[in-house]
Amino acid sequence: MLKDAFSATIKYMQVMDENGSIDQQLMPNDLQDQELVGFYKMMNLARNLDAKALSLQRQGKLATYAPLIGEEATQIGSAMAMRQNDFAVPNFRQHGVYIARGLPLEQFFVYWKGYEEGAIIDKKLNMTPVIVPVATQMPHAAGIAFAKKYMKEDSVVVAYVGDGGTSEGDFYEAINFAGVFKVPLVVIIENNQWAISVPRSEQTAAQTLAQKAVAAGIDSIQVDGNDVVAVYKATRDAIESARSGKPYVIECLTYRMSMHTTSDDPTKYREDSEVEAWKKRDPIARLGTYLRAKGLWDDSKENALKDEQLKSIDEALAKADEFRPDPDSVFKNVYSQMPKILEEQLENAKNSNYWQ
Amino acid sequence: MAMMNMVQAINNALDLAMAEDKRVVLLGEDIGKDGGVFRVTDGLVDKYTKDRVIDTPLAESSIIGTSIGMAIAGLKPVPEIQFAGFMYLGYSQIVNHAARYRSRTRSNVSLPMVIRTPVSGGVKTLEHHSESPEAEYSHVGGLVVVEPSTPYDAKGLFTSAIHGNDPVLFLEPTKLYRLFKQEVPEEMFEVPIGKARTVREGEDITIITYGTMVNVVEKALEKKPGISAEVLDLRTINPLDEDAIVDAAKKTGKVIIVHEAPMSFGVGAEVSAIIADKAIYEIDAPITRITSPSLPYPMPGYENYYLPNEKRVIEAIERLLEM
Repeated sequence: MLKDAFSATIKYMQVMDENGSIDQQLMPNDLQDQELVGFYKMMNLARNLDAKALSLQRQGKLATYAPLIGEEATQIGSAMAMRQNDFAVPNFRQHGVYIARGLPLEQFFVYWKGYEEGAIIDKKLNMTPVIVPVATQMPHAAGIAFAKKYMKEDSVVVAYVGDGGTSEGDFYEAINFAGVFKVPLVVIIENNQWAISVPRSEQTAAQTLAQKAVAAGIDSIQVDGNDVVAVYKATRDAIESARSGKPYVIECLTYRMSMHTTSDDPTKYREDSEVEAWKKRDPIARLGTYLRAKGLWDDSKENALKDEQLKSIDEALAKADEFRPDPDSVFKNVYSQMPKILEEQLENAKNSNYWQ
Repeated sequence: MAMMNMVQAINNALDLAMAEDKRVVLLGEDIGKDGGVFRVTDGLVDKYTKDRVIDTPLAESSIIGTSIGMAIAGLKPVPEIQFAGFMYLGYSQIVNHAARYRSRTRSNVSLPMVIRTPVSGGVKTLEHHSESPEAEYSHVGGLVVVEPSTPYDAKGLFTSAIHGNDPVLFLEPTKLYRLFKQEVPEEMFEVPIGKARTVREGEDITIITYGTMVNVVEKALEKKPGISAEVLDLRTINPLDEDAIVDAAKKTGKVIIVHEAPMSFGVGAEVSAIIADKAIYEIDAPITRITSPSLPYPMPGYENYYLPNEKRVIEAIERLLEM
C-alpha cells in the first residue's frame, strides 16, 4: 500500500499592495486611520533612529551596529499587534520592536555604544535584551511561554528570528517544544533574504521558511513583510491562536536594504539590481502612498514629523552621552554574591586605576 | 534521621524543594514515569503531576534554553541532563546565556536554576557517560559549580542551590549514587555553597580532592593508618574555597591534589596556582597532582587503567613524605 500520510499547504497573505491598495476583505476592522498613521510614524522613527546609529558608528561613536532599514513593516507591524502584557523576545536587529514596545531611545544608544546598562530593560516592558548568538533566544522564548502558561498569565510570547536563524537547531528545538507543550508562543521569522553574505536560496532547500513549522506540528503563514497591515493582522491572529494553546509561526518576506552589520560590505556579495528592485517595495513609502491617497498625510506633516523625530533622537543621544561607565559594575554583576577571587581582582584593578 | 544513599538524598531534596515552592519545576529526558535513568526523580511525577515533572523532547539545548526562559519569567527550573557527556549539546545555552544573563543585564535579570547532571566514571558505561567536565564550566565565569561526594552534602548543597539566585551546575558522581548510605536528616537543611569540608584532620600531608576521589582517598588512608593526613573535600568547584585550601596547604606544607578529571588545565592546576600564590613559602614539597591522564575518557574496558586509584594515591603520599 502506498498513500498520502500527510500533506500541508502554506498560505501567503498581502493586505496592502505595493501601490498602497487594500484588499478590503483582509483589512482588520480594528485598524482605523489613526492606527495606520501611528504605524507610519513609528516606522519612520525606526528608520530615522537607524540612520542616526549608522552615522554615529561611522564616526566611531557606536560599536558594531546591525541596521534595520527595509524591515520596518515586519518589526512595527508585529510589535503593534502585541498587547502590553505580551512578551517580546527580539534578536539583535529588532530596534523597531524595542522602541515600539517603549524602550527609551537613550537606552538604545547606551547599549549600542557598548554598555550593558543599555540592556537593563524595565520589567514592565516585557522584553528580553539583545541576544547575539543567532537563534539561541528561541528556546528562551519557548521557556518564557511555558512559564506564562504555568502561572496562568494571559501573556503571549512573540519571538523573532532571521532567515539564517531558521537553520539553527535552537529554532527547531524551540518550536518543537512549543508544539509539544502547547505554549503561547508566536515566532516571527524576519526573512530579509540574506544571512550576512548567504542568500535565502542557499540557506535551505525548503520552498518557504514557514513550512518548517509543519515539522513541529504547528500552524504557520507567509506574509508580505513589507506590508505593515499584513504583518499586523497575521501577528494579531497568531496571538489569538497562541492564547488558545496553538503556537504559530509567521514568515515575513522582507529585505535587508543595508549591510548585515557595520563590519561588512554587501556590494561584495550581492547585485545592486536586486537592491534596486526591493526599493520599489519599500514598506514606508507604500504606507505613505496609502495615507496620502486617503488625505491623511501630506508634505507638511512629513516635514514636521521628520523635524520632531530628529529632535527627539538628538535629545536621547545627548542623554546617552551623559552616561558614565562604572568599571566596578563589570565585577559586581556576575554572581548574586561576589566571590573572593573577584573581590581581589577588583581591588587590584582599583588600586591601579584599572590600568588606565 | 534516615539512612540514605545519594540518589535517595537528592530525591528527598527535590521533593522538599517542590513542596516548599511552586515555582520549582523539573524537566529533562525520561524524568517522569521512568524516574530518570538513575531513578533520582522516581515517584515525583506521581506526587507533583506532569505539570511540574516534565518529560521533554530529546533535545539538550532546549532543555537548558527553555529552563533559562522559565527562570527569566520567574520560575525556578531544575533541568536534568541525562549524562554530562551529552551536555555539550546544551553548552551554548549554558555558557552563552545561563552564565551571562546576570552580567548582560547588570543584575536586572538573574537566573535561579539548578542544572543537574551525572558525572564521572567507574561504572562500566559506554562512551560519553563518564566525563568529568567541572573545570570547563568553572572557567567560564558566572556559573556556580557544585559537586557533592556524600548523600548528606548532596541534599544540603542542592537545597542551598535551589534557594539561591544563581545558575548552579549540580554535578552528581554516578559512582557515588549508590556506593554507600549515611544518616541524612529528613527535614530540609542547607550546606553552604563555596565552603569546603574537612574530611579528616592530620599533620603530615594535605590531600585536596572532591567528587569520586574523596572515597578513593579515604580508602587509601584506611590502608595506611600510620599516616596523619589532612583531607579537604572541595564540594564547590566554582567559586573555590580559597581560605580552606590555603589553610589546609599551610598546615602540613605538603600537598597532593586528587581528582578524576584529566590533569591539564584542570581544577588541580587552579588549586595549585592558588597555593603557589598564597602559601608558596610554607610549602616544602612539589605540589603533586593525581588525576586521570590528559586524554578523552576511554571505553569501559580501559577505564581501570585511566582512573586514579588507591595505589596511586598511596604512592604519591609515600613519595612526598620521603622528601
